[in-house]
Amino acid sequence: MSLPNTVPVSWFLVLAALLFAIGIAGALTRRNGIGIFLSVELMLNAANVALVGYSRLLGERTGQIMVLFVMAVAAAEAAVGLGLFIAVYRQRRTIDVNRLNLMRW
Amino acid sequence: METAIFLLFAALALGSALMVVTHKSPVYATMSLVVTLFSLAVMFVLLGAPFIGALQVLVYAGAIVVLFLFVLMLLNISKEEHQQEGQTAHRWVALLGAGAFVGLLVPLLYRATQARNAGVLTEEFVSIRAFARDLFTRYLLQFEIVGLLLLVAVVAATVVARKPPAAPTGAPGAASPVSEVEP
Repeated sequence: MSLPNTVPVSWFLVLAALLFAIGIAGALTRRNGIGIFLSVELMLNAANVALVGYSRLLGERTGQIMVLFVMAVAAAEAAVGLGLFIAVYRQRRTIDVNRLNLMRW
Repeated sequence: METAIFLLFAALALGSALMVVTHKSPVYATMSLVVTLFSLAVMFVLLGAPFIGALQVLVYAGAIVVLFLFVLMLLNISKEEHQQEGQTAHRWVALLGAGAFVGLLVPLLYRATQARNAGVLTEEFVSIRAFARDLFTRYLLQFEIVGLLLLVAVVAATVVARKPPAAPTGAPGAASPVSEVEP
């Protein structure tokens, strides 16, 4: 049994690149800590799409397993990062990254 | 048919990703991220990875985004603060960087993969059984390490976010010394 696939894989890769660029723009322009985190999640997902796309192109399942690990690391990153934001908010009453400049200089 | 589905969900993913980046309210941005993640789950299914698509919905949209929403609820930030938003130069530089990234990467990826055709999607490639066999034999060590990483992350998040036992909660800045000398 074989399933037809008419969409070229290069389209998926272009989609991944566009999503990654949107994530970069967001991470650079957002001033809210949570907003920066959301942009980072976007970039991770774009990387996942590229990994699965190449896994499909090469007929090799390693890319999919890599995506599994990326998801686990993203979950760990979100848990620790949001915990940090809660701790920072408790001290400073803000998570605006422009005002979190205690260790800047 | 598949091309139509791809174009529909690619447009949905890009549009909601733009919403994630531009929307003022963090709650709406997070909900747009859910739409992006669902569209990308469709992409994974189209690419012959239905298990990854299911994981995307369950783990990402189901667990990670809920974590984000919980923290937003806990911190109670309704709108992004606007007094720091006047740096338009900063914003233009960021957009320029992202645009340059797209301009460089898209032709590269497109040209590098255009010539190659993906093979026919076989049942063996799609099957979860083969995925699990790979995961628990060739990648068993990595799997265990990731499990350990998750455990450490959960413990670390609990420790970091825990309320400090002595310090008062309401005081901004350093803990006020008044509470220290109470009888």
